[in-house]
Amino acid sequence: MSSTVGAVPPSAAASPPSSVPQHRRPSYRFGRWDIKYSPYLYIAPFFVLFGVFGLFPVLYTVYVSLFDYELLSGTKEFAGLENYRVLMADAQFWNAAYNTVGIFVLSTVPQLVVALLLANLLNRQMRARTVLRMGILIPNITSVAAVGIIFALIFADRYGLINWLLGTVGFDPIAWRDNRYASWFAISFMVDWRWTGYNALIYLGAMQAIPKDLYESAALDGASAWRQFWTITVPLIRPTILFTVVISTIGGFQIFTEPLMYGFGLVRGGADHQFQTLAMYIYEQTFTGNAEYGYGSAMSWLLFMMIIIFALINFALVRRSVKGEKK
Amino acid sequence: MSVIGRRFRTVAVAALAVGVALGGTACSKKNDDEASGEGGQVKLVLQTFQNFGYDQAIKDFEAANPNIKVEHQKMGELRDFQPKLVQWLAAGSGAGDVVGLEEGVLLGYVQNHDKFTNLLDLGAGELKANFPEWKWNNALTPDGKKLIGLGTDVGGLAMCYRKDLFQQAGLPTDREEVSQRMSTWQDYIALGKEFKASGKVKAAWLDSATSLMQPHVMQNSETFFFDKDNKFIGDTNPVVKQTWDMGLQMAADGLTAKAQRWSADWDAAFKNSAFATLPCPAWMTEGVIAQRSGPANAGKWDIARIPGGGGNWGGSYLAVPAQTKHPKEAYLLAKYLTSKEGHLAAFKEAGAMPSDIAGLEDPAFKDKTSEYFSGAPTGKIFGESVKNMKPVFLGAKHQQIWETIVEPQMQAAERGRLSSDAAWKKAMDEAKKAAS
Repeated sequence: MSSTVGAVPPSAAASPPSSVPQHRRPSYRFGRWDIKYSPYLYIAPFFVLFGVFGLFPVLYTVYVSLFDYELLSGTKEFAGLENYRVLMADAQFWNAAYNTVGIFVLSTVPQLVVALLLANLLNRQMRARTVLRMGILIPNITSVAAVGIIFALIFADRYGLINWLLGTVGFDPIAWRDNRYASWFAISFMVDWRWTGYNALIYLGAMQAIPKDLYESAALDGASAWRQFWTITVPLIRPTILFTVVISTIGGFQIFTEPLMYGFGLVRGGADHQFQTLAMYIYEQTFTGNAEYGYGSAMSWLLFMMIIIFALINFALVRRSVKGEKK
Repeated sequence: MSVIGRRFRTVAVAALAVGVALGGTACSKKNDDEASGEGGQVKLVLQTFQNFGYDQAIKDFEAANPNIKVEHQKMGELRDFQPKLVQWLAAGSGAGDVVGLEEGVLLGYVQNHDKFTNLLDLGAGELKANFPEWKWNNALTPDGKKLIGLGTDVGGLAMCYRKDLFQQAGLPTDREEVSQRMSTWQDYIALGKEFKASGKVKAAWLDSATSLMQPHVMQNSETFFFDKDNKFIGDTNPVVKQTWDMGLQMAADGLTAKAQRWSADWDAAFKNSAFATLPCPAWMTEGVIAQRSGPANAGKWDIARIPGGGGNWGGSYLAVPAQTKHPKEAYLLAKYLTSKEGHLAAFKEAGAMPSDIAGLEDPAFKDKTSEYFSGAPTGKIFGESVKNMKPVFLGAKHQQIWETIVEPQMQAAERGRLSSDAAWKKAMDEAKKAAS
């Protein structure tokens, strides 16, 4: 209550009846209201939408994860931390975590390195520069489902393009799905095909902000192109590299569609779950079978925490290994 | 204090303003819905997946019931529709007044039937004689007091075979003769060995060891993975293990193409003529085999009777969720669509085989032949396979256990990733876990 009283401007409360004509007061008051509150109103849509579609679902997931909640049978009983306890001992969950991390490392490391080199190449004077620069983004704007279908065909076990090529030069076909690491490779390839160009374009944007005279003076000092790249380009775009690492970590840990399409639409991820990712396992538990919402929520929440932890680790690792500007 | 209070209030006012705006739109939408229900007109929402072939049937229904308007929402593939339906049913709103349920999905709801209207209360009892006994009983709760769905299509079973490959291997090609040469599964395997021994064809005999499971188990056992009390018996049901061994023995003898069903390789195997036979439900003929084999192989396929007599594979139901505001009208719609007229219209439009007994006898279905399959009398072959079938109890989680656990493990064993024993053990351990 005290805050409400305090909110009334003391001057207005204490001032004697003024001589200003009555009809002018409302508009004067409106003007003050306008200046004071309008900014909040302008930014409110974001916060309201974020609250409704971002914050609320996250918090509700935490709430649901404390229940034994099966949608199919309608069971909803408070279970405390039981879901988390079961989760810790769930071999399939840790298998999915292993696959997710494996696919993430196998896809993100080459992806960012290649993107960096690609951006460096595109940062030079050359013909058809704009066409090339835009061209590398094309894989990113193709539908992920279409990419999945095509790559599932290329990496098909029996009639696939790659196994056919291997056969023509006398190699044995690769069991693209039965072999865990072959499947990881194929899925990573799909991810990289889509995202390398996107990251290269972001790097390119950052590189263009580097003053040209730095390179000129380095060249005068006799620094090779490679030396220039490592001692000027990379340190100066370090914030951008950190940004892409964090974004790739978030995206990589949520990988779902690529392995799903690769397994011909089955969330199982191979006969032995050899390429089932965390997102696929969450889907399997939450939306198929008994529709175990409580268990799925617990997993989602754990995945959320894992993403934060890995993003921080990666952030720290890259910040250490890439030297920034000396301060 | 006062500063915090003022700030908080401002944010609250802003939030309220936006909230009111959002709420306003939500309310106006609701009013629209209610308005359409006025004036004696009832609007029903029908939700189906894939293609039920109901466009014409709905028009006929609306013409006969001018007070009912039907909005048909086609929800895409079953795997997209089913999770949504689960959510809508749990939330108490969003599901249509009539929904299409695939057999495996329906069985899951027979146990948790409180989300659906009891069609017996609406007078469905009179329709019992229209359907084969097993089709009717599948939608009935164990105590027999509640019916949650009316049968749409069934998947009568036959054996599709490649006439041209049979000829190359020196086997008979006439469908009557072929049917007789493979009247039992033992004969079928023996014929396959003969096919292979001819040495004149590169193709395998069967697409995959897993293709045997559904037809063979369902012909030889009254149960599959579950007994009638819904207890998991997959590991002790002798017929399941026997069929597993039979299939993998065929693979070991080099009679199967080891293609993973529903994969890109399987699709390509059709085009490349990689196998000569395939147990085929009715819905698979035009929709799956003809499409994947392509026009280049038209007239090379033919259809014989399935070894061991009849069989069924797949099929769907229409149910009325308990959340509907118009149960009577919804029942009328479901009743019409699963009547002889509805069945035949769907057959004409989408090739869905009727489960209605009168529909199966109707010339429109019975005399149907398939041009792609060398003019085979599909109506007659598939019709007979369904009528002779005895009911098999599948249980709520049958489809899940078959499709996501047992089949993948069996395929892994077929391709040699695991030994048969190791795959069997893994499959059964996982299935037990999923069943509990």
